[in-house]
Amino acid sequence: MMKALLLVAGLALPLVAAAAESAGVVKTAKGSVTIQRGAEKIAASPGSAVEAADRIATGADGSVGIILRDNTLLSAGPNSTLVLERFAFDSTTHAGTIDATVKRGTLSVVSGKIAKQSPGAVQFRTPNAILGVRGTEFVIDAGPGEE
Amino acid sequence: MHPAIPIIIISTIVALTAKEEKVAEKPREHVVLVPGADGKTGAVVIKSAGGEMVLDRPYAGADISAGGAIAPSQADAEKVRERFGAALEAQPPRPVSFLVYFVTNSDELTPESRQSFDQIKAELAKRPVPDVIVIGHTDRVGAVEYNDKLSLVRARAVRDALVAAGIPAGHIQEAGRGEREPLVPTADEVAEPRNRRVEINVR
Repeated sequence: MMKALLLVAGLALPLVAAAAESAGVVKTAKGSVTIQRGAEKIAASPGSAVEAADRIATGADGSVGIILRDNTLLSAGPNSTLVLERFAFDSTTHAGTIDATVKRGTLSVVSGKIAKQSPGAVQFRTPNAILGVRGTEFVIDAGPGEE
Repeated sequence: MHPAIPIIIISTIVALTAKEEKVAEKPREHVVLVPGADGKTGAVVIKSAGGEMVLDRPYAGADISAGGAIAPSQADAEKVRERFGAALEAQPPRPVSFLVYFVTNSDELTPESRQSFDQIKAELAKRPVPDVIVIGHTDRVGAVEYNDKLSLVRARAVRDALVAAGIPAGHIQEAGRGEREPLVPTADEVAEPRNRRVEINVR
């Protein structure tokens, strides 16, 4: 009970702080969308923070849209799992790194300031390939995956 | 006495086997390059155990098999919509930027710049959980480090003005780009008022 209360309090507060130094923010969410952060599993909704190492998963009825701090747009369709392995962004120099894995399902990507500044710093992995991004928009279907 | 029956059964088995093989060969993954909202198409480099492929034309696609073999394919707007409709529909609205300028030698915004605050508020009202990044820019007069600080000072001045105009402070972050992103390219140490601006990025 105590734990549940703490969890709710923890979710309610960071709505705004979320934007401060997180990797990104959930802007759209439909159906079942969860963010797994370490051992914790959070139901995601618009305003939820996204951190490096988060695993974002949608259910059969789910979809989610995220904006990263460098204005990269990531959006996933149903039955999709995305892991934001690494994220770094310097808002002065625009140096940074995005390393993400699409474990399964569909993802659309609109690249942001990091890819514009340093092609090669933005990578998306699928179970069988690595995509290097040179400033662009694209879609990935990673198949049904293993989960 | 229906000699045809066993033949039908056998052919069904053959068909099933063939179908299974087909399923195993079917590419697991699919990537398509989509033309950008600005009309330009970028590029994606795909690497796998089976090779490498560059996608650099609108709707150029690649099918990747479980073994890592990459085969080229061509999609179009409709095919992308069919397969990726839900993901595309979930895309957050694109960020938009407004530029504001200062009265020369002051931290006071020009009257035109003040007027754009209403547009900014209207844009914020349209968006789900909106946030704003205020990005200061300078011209190339002065050292890079000095301009980094100056651009942040300008960004903070605009942040304060937005807060005074009723935009919640918690929705706003600042950044200083210094002289790195001039609107009008110039040589170093050239004064250029159009570069002394603050960009209000609404997301």
